[in-house]
Amino acid sequence: MVNLREIKGRINSTKSTQKTTKAMQMVSSSKLRRAESNAKAYVPYMEKIQDVVGAIAAGTKDSGHPMLTTRPVKKTAYLVIGSDRGLAGAYNSSILRQLQRTINERHKSKDEYVVFAVGRVVRDYFVKRDHNVIGSVVQLPDQPTFADIKEIARNAVGMFIDGAYDELYMYYNHFESAISQVVTEKKVLPLTEIAPATSNAAYEFEPSGEAILEVLLPQYAESLIYGALLDGKASEHASRMTAMRNATDNASDLIAELSLQYNRARQAAITQEITEIVGGAAALE
Amino acid sequence: MKTVTVNIVTPDGPVYDAEVTMVIAKTTSGEIGVLPGHIPMVAPLAIGAVKLNKEGGQTDLAAVNGGFIEVRPDKISILASSAEVAETIDLARAKAALTRAEQRLQQKQDNVDFKRAELALQRAINRINVHEGNI
Repeated sequence: MVNLREIKGRINSTKSTQKTTKAMQMVSSSKLRRAESNAKAYVPYMEKIQDVVGAIAAGTKDSGHPMLTTRPVKKTAYLVIGSDRGLAGAYNSSILRQLQRTINERHKSKDEYVVFAVGRVVRDYFVKRDHNVIGSVVQLPDQPTFADIKEIARNAVGMFIDGAYDELYMYYNHFESAISQVVTEKKVLPLTEIAPATSNAAYEFEPSGEAILEVLLPQYAESLIYGALLDGKASEHASRMTAMRNATDNASDLIAELSLQYNRARQAAITQEITEIVGGAAALE
Repeated sequence: MKTVTVNIVTPDGPVYDAEVTMVIAKTTSGEIGVLPGHIPMVAPLAIGAVKLNKEGGQTDLAAVNGGFIEVRPDKISILASSAEVAETIDLARAKAALTRAEQRLQQKQDNVDFKRAELALQRAINRINVHEGNI
């Protein structure tokens, strides 16, 4: 009798939470569709630029361009792509955990690496732990354009050329499918893994191969970063969608269980009342 | 007349795809005109307009912010970090960018900002010119 109203209250509050999580799930799933189509729109650009970079890099071997040369590593930079908001399951935590583990393995002191943070959760994590955060972007829109990331990408590439660090790695969640996202580490700079061109057209360079590499390589590296961002965004939406679906399902289970409890309690109350009436009537006879 | 396929591609997706008879682009070392059947070539582009002459005398214009042009005998690709064809340019936004860049130039801060504002100014002027078609 005591907890009848209490149970009813819990059912109601769980129901309203379920409404929220369900709405968030639907929002995320439509955002995921958009993010996937953005990632698709980006593919032709990437393929093309890869093709040309491959052709030129193959044609002008030993160009000595700073972005193609491997230097002895004194300092490493990590560009970490996370999200601004939580409620996305293990999206941020898995990336941060893995990066922290790598850092602990590779580096002895905090002077040996720097961090570029994309997303508030990532930035706050590293700032709080006193790591060297030298650049950050927060509050990126859900469907980012190249212009949104341009500045940090340009900084990351520019500082490598200036020799502020000797390697640049990216950490992001690679979107495999709506239910599976994998934390991925990718080496951006120096550009040692340029795929050879598929088409072996012998290009004429205007004005020269070196001058083109000068323009092309930063653009290429920036596009790699943008590609990772798009991938990361798709993962974020997918991850949030899954998390919210789980929350909605859990809420359903909880409501079912609470309803059962509520009905039992109500039945018990009725039975007790009948027993009392019957008892009262019997006492009168 | 012979034609060649032209693609303008940006990270945010393709913006132009058509058959044209001649492409006129502004490279860092000067303007070039490319006709169908050109030998394979790559050249970096300056901030500027790309003129696309179509069959029948019609001309399309596109504003391109840097990037490069890749020429093959049967296909020309322009890859830029951003590009817009004349019809899709938001004039109000371009004008706002112009005033912003001008203000920043007048403040004359340190060198990096100065250079960036100058580039922004060039891009804005380029977009306005392309939109109004006075090239």
